[in-house]
Amino acid sequence: MYKIEKFNELAKIVAEKRAENADLEPRRMTAEEKDTLLATFHPDYKQEEFTVLSAGVNKGEKVPTQLAELLQGKSRISAADVDLSAPDYDTDVLIIGGGGAGASAAIEADEAGVKAMIVTKLRIGDANTMMAEGGIQAADKPNDSPAIHYIDAFGGGHFAAKPELVKNLVTKAPEAIQWLNKLGVEFDKEADGTMVTTHGGGTSRKRMHAAKDYTGAEIMRTLRDEVLNRGIPVVDFTAAVEIILDENGKAAGAVLMNMETKELLVARAKTVIIATGGAGRLHYQGFPTSNHYGATADGLILGYRVGARLLYADTLQYHPTGTGYPEQIFGALVTEKVRSLGAKLVNIDGEVFMHPLETRDVTAASIIRECQERDKGIETSLGKAVWLDTPMIEYKHGEGTIEKRIPAMMRMFGKYGIDIRKEPILVYPTLHYQNGGLNISADCSTDVENLYAAGEVAGGIHGRNRLMGNSLLDVIVFGRDAGINAAAKAKETSIPEKLTLDHIEKFNGELENAGIANETASPMLLPKYARKA
Amino acid sequence: MDNMVNVYLFGKKYSVPEGLTIMTAMEYAGYDLVRGCGCRNGFCGACATIYRIHGKQELHACLACQTEVQEGMYVATLPFFPLVKQIYNIEKIKPTEQIMMQLYPEIYACIGCNACTKACTQELNVMQYIAYAQRGEYEKCAEESFDCVMCGVCSSRCPAGISHPQVAMLARRLNGKYIAPGCGHLEDRVREIKDGTFEELIENLMQKPVDEIKELYNTREIEK
Repeated sequence: MYKIEKFNELAKIVAEKRAENADLEPRRMTAEEKDTLLATFHPDYKQEEFTVLSAGVNKGEKVPTQLAELLQGKSRISAADVDLSAPDYDTDVLIIGGGGAGASAAIEADEAGVKAMIVTKLRIGDANTMMAEGGIQAADKPNDSPAIHYIDAFGGGHFAAKPELVKNLVTKAPEAIQWLNKLGVEFDKEADGTMVTTHGGGTSRKRMHAAKDYTGAEIMRTLRDEVLNRGIPVVDFTAAVEIILDENGKAAGAVLMNMETKELLVARAKTVIIATGGAGRLHYQGFPTSNHYGATADGLILGYRVGARLLYADTLQYHPTGTGYPEQIFGALVTEKVRSLGAKLVNIDGEVFMHPLETRDVTAASIIRECQERDKGIETSLGKAVWLDTPMIEYKHGEGTIEKRIPAMMRMFGKYGIDIRKEPILVYPTLHYQNGGLNISADCSTDVENLYAAGEVAGGIHGRNRLMGNSLLDVIVFGRDAGINAAAKAKETSIPEKLTLDHIEKFNGELENAGIANETASPMLLPKYARKA
Repeated sequence: MDNMVNVYLFGKKYSVPEGLTIMTAMEYAGYDLVRGCGCRNGFCGACATIYRIHGKQELHACLACQTEVQEGMYVATLPFFPLVKQIYNIEKIKPTEQIMMQLYPEIYACIGCNACTKACTQELNVMQYIAYAQRGEYEKCAEESFDCVMCGVCSSRCPAGISHPQVAMLARRLNGKYIAPGCGHLEDRVREIKDGTFEELIENLMQKPVDEIKELYNTREIEK
């Protein structure tokens, strides 16, 4: 039961129309309808929320205003603060970030026989990978193929992705699932081993593999266990604050900062992989976020300062179904799997206002339209929301389905007295994913030699919109590839001799010349949530 | 003004608005969190917390990000707990009863006090999954422990010194790799890709002008 009686009353309308709504197969939008909807209601199209960069390799391009502030912010150090001639750590491959991509890269680099090391500002596994609920795509069923997956991903991303990256994503997907399974990751299977797969928004085949609704957690904890079994050093609570270059401008390590003592340390490496994840905690346009605490775009800043170009940094994914109520979990993710299992989106009058499995950008824009222009949302203490009719899942598939397939969702709402098996839930879009990022080539290299990027921090794989289940896939496929390629490059690279941080002064000069120098400490590292009296 | 409740963070009293979680109450009180804060959504286990309500005996455990503050709550966070994780090679071990005996023999010292289960922040039947592990029933152990976020509260309460989350981790990996049925269609597809079956098809798609691929996308058949 909802603590607010009004919601219980309104939920009755949803219940009354459930049978009728369950039978309904809502029409999919035409390409033109989608374009107009996006241009009018998607947050990426709100020009006043973006700033054109005045310095750096993407000068002249627009990025979200909060990101611009950091990209053009002030380094946390100057070159004089550290002694580059006496590194505290020496390794072949330095991996910045301990999420799914970083862990996958570390395992593959270790497998290739080089020295790998992970540094992470929180703990290994404190990452969006851990929170990915719904699933991971791979075209491994007989009625599916990597070519069909290619069309879904490329089209869902508005034909803007880099074809060579999409190719890697889809053709290496089945092997990625196999690799995970062999590491001991559990997947939902039939008794004969057939994978239980469902649709995600924008998929044309049921290729979403899952481990209940803890898919990312199951993958992440297994990867973490494997990293530890291999004895790969993990330096936790230690953030990278600057990339170090050698005298030829190649990446050669990073300056690290202990998050608790603030001690600065130098890590020297032959190759560096940035796997720092996304930016939800920048709360673009004031949106809540489904992201973990450390998602503050650090990797974009680190790369940008040494000259790595950004691609599609102006496109963000707002997950259509963030929690709209209760306040305690506002913005928390309600997995798309809820809709994959048959729950529909319903307005205040109990009407299904769209097909529940359009791509995420279209679905988010449609919910915003329903709440704004059409004024058919439900008023909450934090704004408006629409219903996601979760009881419809058990109406269609029988009792017990919710507990078996989406236990995390049942638990999350259950803590606030809401039984999602009996009551619909209130949802509104939440900032979920950075579609773009550091520009990478097919081998995961950035524009700076010996500097690689993988996972959410990389751009170009998903174009301007990512499909559900392609991100868990991306962190595994490109994380592994980055590890393999950075290891191979490290083998043919000698220990960097002359390390420099000259880029800091150079970038500062550029900011001053452009008249935009500011005092914002960058990278951000952690959001500032403490209330200051 | 909101209705306020009094909470005691590490024994010090703060007045915070009702409805906050323990985590947001700490931030309201002015804490800059570094440790003890991860996904903020109940998946990562970073914010294990113990509390007792003033005047009551019972000790509770929870995740700070998932638990509302209450009047008279005495809170201590547990941002790190020294779980014991044994090192093994997943390729070399087998899902036998002996493997638990070798790696985590302390599970056989369980005295059945059930403190682990009572403490679990995910409301799992922890003692039961340890019992399954003792008997080498890894499939059941994996299922029973599946929602574990490895926060370590169970272990903090265990008189036998068991690292329950690590035992369950091993059981799940054994189950995922060795016990759960293999997947034929996955192996077939990996082989087909290695044989280059889709190479030409995809190269073809990569070369297509945008208009043609748009047409393909907009008219593609969608499985019901």
